[in-house]
Amino acid sequence: MSLYGVMAEFGGAEALLAAAREAHESGYGDIEAYSPFPIEGLPEATGFRRNWIPAIVLAGGLAGGIGGYLMQWYSAVLSYPINSGGKPPHSWPEFIPVTFELTVLVAAIAGVVGMLALNGLPRLYHPVFNVREFDLASRNRFFLCLRHADAQCARDFLRGLEPLGIWDVPV
Amino acid sequence: MADVAAPLRRWSYASVSDKIADIVLARRASWPWVVAFLISMIGTVAFVGAIGWLFLRGIGIWGVNIPTAWGFAIANFVWWIGIGHAGTFISAILLLLRQTWRTSINRFAEAMTLFAAGIAGIFPILHLGRPWFFYWLVPYPNVMELWPQWRSALVWDIFAISTYLIVSLLFWYIGLVPDLATLRDRAGTRARQVVYGLLALGWRGEARHWARFETVYLLLAGLATPLVVSVHSVVSLDFAIAIVPGYHSTVFPPYFVAGALFSGFAMVLTLAIPLRHFFRLHDFITDRHLENAAKILLACGWIVAYGYFIETFTAFYSGDEFEIAMVKDRLLGFYGPVYWTVLACNIVVPQILWWRAARRSAWTLLAVSLVVNLGMWLERVMIVVQSMHHDFMPSAWGNFIPTAWDWITFFGSIAFFAFLFLLFVRALPAISIFEMRELVLEEKKS
Repeated sequence: MSLYGVMAEFGGAEALLAAAREAHESGYGDIEAYSPFPIEGLPEATGFRRNWIPAIVLAGGLAGGIGGYLMQWYSAVLSYPINSGGKPPHSWPEFIPVTFELTVLVAAIAGVVGMLALNGLPRLYHPVFNVREFDLASRNRFFLCLRHADAQCARDFLRGLEPLGIWDVPV
Repeated sequence: MADVAAPLRRWSYASVSDKIADIVLARRASWPWVVAFLISMIGTVAFVGAIGWLFLRGIGIWGVNIPTAWGFAIANFVWWIGIGHAGTFISAILLLLRQTWRTSINRFAEAMTLFAAGIAGIFPILHLGRPWFFYWLVPYPNVMELWPQWRSALVWDIFAISTYLIVSLLFWYIGLVPDLATLRDRAGTRARQVVYGLLALGWRGEARHWARFETVYLLLAGLATPLVVSVHSVVSLDFAIAIVPGYHSTVFPPYFVAGALFSGFAMVLTLAIPLRHFFRLHDFITDRHLENAAKILLACGWIVAYGYFIETFTAFYSGDEFEIAMVKDRLLGFYGPVYWTVLACNIVVPQILWWRAARRSAWTLLAVSLVVNLGMWLERVMIVVQSMHHDFMPSAWGNFIPTAWDWITFFGSIAFFAFLFLLFVRALPAISIFEMRELVLEEKKS
């Protein structure tokens, strides 16, 4: 049976954080930690380095704002210039509301789509769901999963962290 | 804020999760819910029927005509979109200000926003003479080679409303995903597992996922914050850039935004108090929450009062005879009673909230919030209708009398709102479960 990884359960947020840090320091490269709410410091402890979300949101906002403004400029100046109350075709103050709304809209959509894409979601099936107790990861339990490591070593290592339980996660 | 979370000391991650999830999963529908649901369903059917009849016969079934071409439809639109504001205010601005007391009310306030803004979005379509062409306001490649008129406030409006709707929906849904995973993992039946499982998108609560989730949630809050101010400002521009006396006023954007928050917080209280009573959520929605909402209500009420004052003052100060005539008509004309009722509902009655005992009494708050809801709706009607019925030419004056279809559409929209909200509290967690777990953790640490 090939393994996705070895999983251990811990009693609380602090215990999971300590376990993740110890695993990281012991040289386990591929660590996944699961918790029912975000825990400060845990992503870094599992080797999370670069958070691209702010950059994606900024890019989306810029694209929406610049694109929205250019769309209005193109349509009002080049494609379909009409005289409205004697205003110049490029009456930029009146282009601001739509530019603003499109900035916010595209930034928000980019952020959400980027978050889902980087998280690999939606992904309805995942090997960790095969562990029966993992149902409680969305309620009150804390899990650590070590991947791409020798299974026996990982089990021994996790046992040393005094978890509440250890399971093999089949692929 | 310590005493807001203090009742949480009795709760654990597990019990707080089970309590909120079981409102959806385990609790049988109680008879008050069933009765309310049936009534709201009848109203929804009436709403849909009134819209169907409108599409068949045209807007002649309403009381609108020249000079009052905008009647209840636009007043309802402004009222509903205003109600939506409190949800975004609570979930976005209070999140950025790190007001942890928001956690137990943000989810249903966001749902309220979404439903109110969605219903609001229906009305501008209904008021069109040819509603099937509403999409002409959207820029899209078309064989007519036409573009929207970017200098029109109505085009700004459709961008503002649709952006607001989409961003509110994203914010609400993304915040729901971890809780949907909780429901998926706790659901007893196969059907529920499948439905909640699909909606949860396979969320597993991995640390890196949480990091990206938290970042995007915070950034969405930051993006939604200017929307709170901008949406009703843009709506107010529909009026303010017209030259009609009573519309043409620079105070409109802030005055509309304050009115929006005022009616929005009134609606939050209108929904929170029965919700907390029927589902016994007193440990999560505490008296302190209600008191904070009441204080915001009081503050917004005074900004609205300032708006009323400055409108009247500016009319006389300007010396413009049409503005002065409009104000005199507002005070003493055909719609005078509406104006005085507005003042009574929005300025006089909320002053009871200066008393701590009133702010701490849920049923007093509920009564005040209902009065404010009524007052704000009448205010929107007053602005829309009274200004138009009495403009420059005496020969063009005329009164708007709502017909039965006006009333059915209005009350039907309230029933539809109630219908959606009643479905929401039975199908989705009305309080953010994962954020409550975080509060439990903080309570443990302190």
